[in-house]
Amino acid sequence: MSKLNSKIPDGPLADKWTNHKASLKLVNPANKGKLDIIVIGTGLGGSSSASTLGELGYNVKVFSYQDSPRRAHSVAAQGGINAAKNYKNDNDSIYRLFYDMLKGGDFRAREANVYRAAEVSNLVIDHYTALGVPFARDYGGTIDNRSFGGVQVSRTFYAKGQTGQQCLVGAYSALTRQIAKGTVTMYPRREMLDLVIVDGKARGIITRNLVTGEIERHSAHAVVLATGGYGTIYYMSTLALNSNASATWKAHKKGAFFANPSFVQIHPTSIPVLNSYQSKLTLMSESLRNDGRVWVPKKQKDTRKPNDIPEDERDYYLERRYPAFGNLVPRDVASRAAKERCDAGFGVGSTGLSVYLDFRDAIKKKGKKVIEENYGNLFDMYEKISGESPLETPMRIYPAGHYTMGGLWVDYNLMTTIPGLFAVGESNFSDHGANRLGASSLMQCSGDGYFILPYTITDYLASDIKTPKIKTDSPEFEVAEKEVSERVKKLLSINGKETPTSYHRRLGKIMWDYCGMVRNEEGLKKALVLIKELEDEFWKNLKVAGKAEELNQELEKAGRVMDFFELAKLLCTDALNRKESCGAHFREESQTETGEAKRDDNNFSYVAAWEYKGQGQEPDLHKEELKFEYVKLQERSYK
Amino acid sequence: MNIKLKIWRQPNAKSKGRFETYPLNDVSSEMSFLEMLDYLNNSLIKEGKEPVAFEHDCREGICGSCGMYISGRPHGPQHKTTTCELRMREFKDGQTITVEPWRAAAFPIIKDLIVDRNAFDKIMQSGGFISINTGAAQDANSILVPKKNADEAFDSASCIGCGACVAACKNSSAMLFISAKVTHLAQFPQGRTEAEIRVKNMVAKMEELGFGGCTNTRACEAECPKGISISNIAKLNREFFVAKLKD
Repeated sequence: MSKLNSKIPDGPLADKWTNHKASLKLVNPANKGKLDIIVIGTGLGGSSSASTLGELGYNVKVFSYQDSPRRAHSVAAQGGINAAKNYKNDNDSIYRLFYDMLKGGDFRAREANVYRAAEVSNLVIDHYTALGVPFARDYGGTIDNRSFGGVQVSRTFYAKGQTGQQCLVGAYSALTRQIAKGTVTMYPRREMLDLVIVDGKARGIITRNLVTGEIERHSAHAVVLATGGYGTIYYMSTLALNSNASATWKAHKKGAFFANPSFVQIHPTSIPVLNSYQSKLTLMSESLRNDGRVWVPKKQKDTRKPNDIPEDERDYYLERRYPAFGNLVPRDVASRAAKERCDAGFGVGSTGLSVYLDFRDAIKKKGKKVIEENYGNLFDMYEKISGESPLETPMRIYPAGHYTMGGLWVDYNLMTTIPGLFAVGESNFSDHGANRLGASSLMQCSGDGYFILPYTITDYLASDIKTPKIKTDSPEFEVAEKEVSERVKKLLSINGKETPTSYHRRLGKIMWDYCGMVRNEEGLKKALVLIKELEDEFWKNLKVAGKAEELNQELEKAGRVMDFFELAKLLCTDALNRKESCGAHFREESQTETGEAKRDDNNFSYVAAWEYKGQGQEPDLHKEELKFEYVKLQERSYK
Repeated sequence: MNIKLKIWRQPNAKSKGRFETYPLNDVSSEMSFLEMLDYLNNSLIKEGKEPVAFEHDCREGICGSCGMYISGRPHGPQHKTTTCELRMREFKDGQTITVEPWRAAAFPIIKDLIVDRNAFDKIMQSGGFISINTGAAQDANSILVPKKNADEAFDSASCIGCGACVAACKNSSAMLFISAKVTHLAQFPQGRTEAEIRVKNMVAKMEELGFGGCTNTRACEAECPKGISISNIAKLNREFFVAKLKD
């Protein structure tokens, strides 16, 4: 049985990364060109990894299911990207960013990793600025910052409500430069359908060409997964519809441990479900909470229009319950508070499943122009969907499945339990603990790809310089390709009555009901039964239109839903195992008298890393103890 | 509401395409246009027919995937709206809606409503970047950028690369796309050293890939879902002219 070795370097927290870098091995520039690296995904994690590895001289192949790297879902991140620059002189520092992330994550992340993420954040901002990312600026020409959920300093860099798009376009342009130079080869419209292991090491992948349907083999000395999160397991989520878990799940089945799968962030400010045909829940940036005040009527089932409800009949429940942080409490706290009010019958809108986010007071104070300038495109987006202008009437918001803190277990070098397989950004588990701080995702995935992975993967590859090009005609590739082809055939052969989407929708409902914002033992056990039943039905009654040898979007969906079924079971198993509340994981059995999350550090101060044991087998739990040398564990309070 | 859809069907790049008509009942005015297509596809599959292939992903107007011609206009009738943001409330009960893929020589059809927009990536590869290696940047505040320039750069940079400008143009010109990128980068002192080669390369690449030239019809601006202004094209022309003068 493999033992988890996090490889956290010794020494003082602030020196760990510096010391570690000094000990990492290098590869001679002349040898780098002989080494192939596969990167899966072209979002901020993938683009940053691929472009930087290309610049260093490696032979990089990058894969995306999109037609262009520019469409990866990082494009949709709205609010901002954190860095500890202290440009506002408000006493911010690397340590404070580290501390806020660690506390925000409810002390379920690794100290050393989180500190490093904060440390490299400043370099990330410098790099994006140099690439021409149009961050907001003051009249003096310096970069402006704003504050964001869960923190009391202004450290969030932003480009209106399009920070993700602007950073991704920057990262894409740098990647594009490497593609033109020939150091990176781009494979668009490809989906990774399996990982190939040769002699215990990750040596390649099997892909499906999404245009021709051809199953392809690609080899490399190392493989990097930058495939994002699995929030679409809920069907209705804030993620892009094609976001999926397949690549990480296939890697898990080949031996990569999956860590903390149940840590899923529910985003507090998404547009609520408005009708039964809806295919997704659009996110409204959390930055809106800087100026928007969250409230519900004091009277239950109040049907008056929001503007007709007088001030003293409004309950600004976040300000009431959390006076220190008010509307800026972290996401999990804001999400549960909204659910609590709605469950108690104070919710608004036709379904009663939404709360108001009101800009009236901010408009009065700062003027319409300033508010429009800060949030204009978000307001437009909201108006297009709902038909109402937030400048005139409060927005309606409700929590939705969003970011996944869980992911493949990686050591300090970002390597999974499979040698040569690395995971960066949202596809790994390491930096956000049980809850992610707003604006820390762009920061972490960019930091991973630009400033961490290139050093650590080099250390791994240093021992591989004599390994010739990996051949794709080995039995390992042969077997993997055959398995993939057979799976594709199987999905097409069932010929039942229900579409992949129908199964996805039903699976999502189970997950949302029993493994969503709050979980309890009874519900999770029930979910496991329901998932199994639905999965059995899937394999008997699935209908996939079209053929294998062509562009077939139904087939793509079917493959992803197939993997979601398996992941869903692990997610519930993990949630069941963690009998404490922490961060986004709220176990009803573990709460304080006032209904806040109650952590159990004595029993659960660990990373749950699950090992796949075969189809139908129970997974094995490995525990990585979390040691906190530099921060004192404390109850997370925002009061 | 009940509608009739006239949709371009083409199994692949090599085969010939044609319009198929599908009546669709019980469409909710609250549906987005893509949710309506999901609904259509669901019925097609149940009838044993092939669903309509179309591109989409984020469904919140930012990834740029969902480009298609709707009743003669890129992304449909609503101003500054992507297809995924378009709502069925914009259409009338009983209306016939024609849905076609982008039509441009540089965007070959892959299947049904999906076209290959790789030409945009090729243009970007020819110079749409600032050449700086990771780790070589100085502190972000060491080079000041006037707020006005940063704001203008942002406006140009909000292009999502959907291709509506090309589809709207009678010459299938990619000038709005290129000009948005050139103008975005021209606002910064960073990357200024390569400005001339950038603009020349990008324009040359555009011509090589089969995009036409601009004739100031302004259809691109009118149909751009992100409201990219043709003043960008004026700036592109100026940058190009200055670069050529120095040749």
